[in-house]
Amino acid sequence: MSATAEPTLSRDDHRLSSWRGVVRQYDYHWTVYKRTWKSSIVSSFLSPLLYVLAMGVLLGGFVHVGAARLGGAPSYLAFIVPGLIAAQAMQTAVFETTYPVMGALKWHKSFWAQLASPLEARDLANAMLAFTLFRVGSTCGVYFLVMSPFGVFGTWWGPVAAWPATMLVGMTFATWTFAFSAFVEGPDSFGLIFRLGLIPLFLFSGSFFPISNLGPVLEWVARLTPLWHGVNLTRMLCLGHLDWPTAAINVAVLVVLLVAGWRTAVRSLTRRTAL
Amino acid sequence: MIHARDLRKSFTDKAGHVVEAVRGIDIDVRRGEAFGFLGPNGAGKSSTMRMIAAVSPVSGGELRILGRDPAEHGPAIRSRLGVCPQEDTLDNELNVFDNLYIYGRYFGIPKREVRERAEELLEFVQLTDKRSAKVEGLSGGMKRRLTIARSLINRPEILLLDEPTTGLDPQARHILWDRLFRLKQQGVTLVITTHYMDEAEQLCDRLVVMDRGVIAAEGSPLELIRAHSTREVSELRFPVGDHEATAEKVADLGERVEVLPDRILVYSDDGEHVLEQVHDRGLRPIATLVRRSTLEDVFLRLTGRTLVD
Repeated sequence: MSATAEPTLSRDDHRLSSWRGVVRQYDYHWTVYKRTWKSSIVSSFLSPLLYVLAMGVLLGGFVHVGAARLGGAPSYLAFIVPGLIAAQAMQTAVFETTYPVMGALKWHKSFWAQLASPLEARDLANAMLAFTLFRVGSTCGVYFLVMSPFGVFGTWWGPVAAWPATMLVGMTFATWTFAFSAFVEGPDSFGLIFRLGLIPLFLFSGSFFPISNLGPVLEWVARLTPLWHGVNLTRMLCLGHLDWPTAAINVAVLVVLLVAGWRTAVRSLTRRTAL
Repeated sequence: MIHARDLRKSFTDKAGHVVEAVRGIDIDVRRGEAFGFLGPNGAGKSSTMRMIAAVSPVSGGELRILGRDPAEHGPAIRSRLGVCPQEDTLDNELNVFDNLYIYGRYFGIPKREVRERAEELLEFVQLTDKRSAKVEGLSGGMKRRLTIARSLINRPEILLLDEPTTGLDPQARHILWDRLFRLKQQGVTLVITTHYMDEAEQLCDRLVVMDRGVIAAEGSPLELIRAHSTREVSELRFPVGDHEATAEKVADLGERVEVLPDRILVYSDDGEHVLEQVHDRGLRPIATLVRRSTLEDVFLRLTGRTLVD
């Protein structure tokens, strides 16, 4: 505690901008990630490839239908890969916004420590969502790269354009899941998300088969799910068969849900922490 | 530094009842002093602290911290405060140094400066040799010292300490008191809540006694003792169950008598003289003790809290 040189005092006189609120937490999330990235490799990168192998290659070997019935995909593998990547975006996003949020509130309590600094609930939500975006982006990015030599993409620019689409899907789920996690009392409710949300969406939102197979009523139900919009958008881009009006609707639905979810997430954490 | 008038805090508990934790208190904390909130659990100390820390919205009344309204200028106030919460909120998965470094970054302190500052603070709280250790393995006293170091990373003008030594062993408490005393000498304004009377006497220049959400008394420890207690206290211990009956026989020996489950306290200005008179009346206590009045006695007087119901 020597008082030799006059220290520069870091004082904030106003609310931080959203950008600075996130940037100040960069070191925190980066330090934690440096410690945990190895253990996330299996769930992020290895399991998705096992799905591709089992469903796309081995099971897909039995699927012999025309491209017309597979949304224009030349093979079942080409059909399923974009769907799996979009679903992976959802899963990564949900994973990053359930237990980590609960931990920061209840277990290691990092949110409470951060709130004693100039940061606000908004900044904490933004930084965690930004980190989730990084996780979704890197996971899906690697997925696209690994798949590209196998001729499943129609054009070179398809997966490049589909990459941000998967991030859009992921963040739509991340914001709403964050809002839920900041609202519920404990982690028991997460079972609800996984069993009633994640798994049915994963199975029936068009990742594995065209939703027209569901019959007219259930097909419309599937069309209402955000994951279907994500899967459809990602697949159209990857295969290079873009139906612009549909793509515009897909993007619009996801963007509206994302913005609403983000506002709900911030409000949810603000309410939870303003005791 | 801190100015409160008719400050109130209420919230709805899980059962849906409205709890009034703080029911209209006035406080003025001056620059450089050590100010204490003394009271039992549930007195409203922590709720008050959280409002002063600009993390908990005020339910009623007026509060100004460093001249600012926390509802309007939360981040500005928090950038000038250090907070040492009752429950440790250290990141167990990070090492000691990283806990300080990362926290400093929340305040926007440049990287190079926050590293230097972290090293200085480790030195100050005597944790330099634990620099790279995981927080998980530290003792309770070390964790608390690290929390204090963390709360100093932004060179705060006011340091808020909520029950700083609760749960620590005597040696760890003394180390902590020593560090807090040094901070006070450096001119840091300290605001401390405690339910330990000795802690309040050791550390606080001025304090308020809180009970059930209101302030029961205010002053320096010495003033409070003078105003609300006698110079000396004679403690008399009799066989279990005899205290109520015996108390009547000694009631006239002091200014006041308090009956506790395990002893009788007789308040007077000459404790030895009281003991002599007790013996003269043929009473034979198992054990006796004459001591000076402490804040504990003040508290007992003001709240009747530890009296036998």
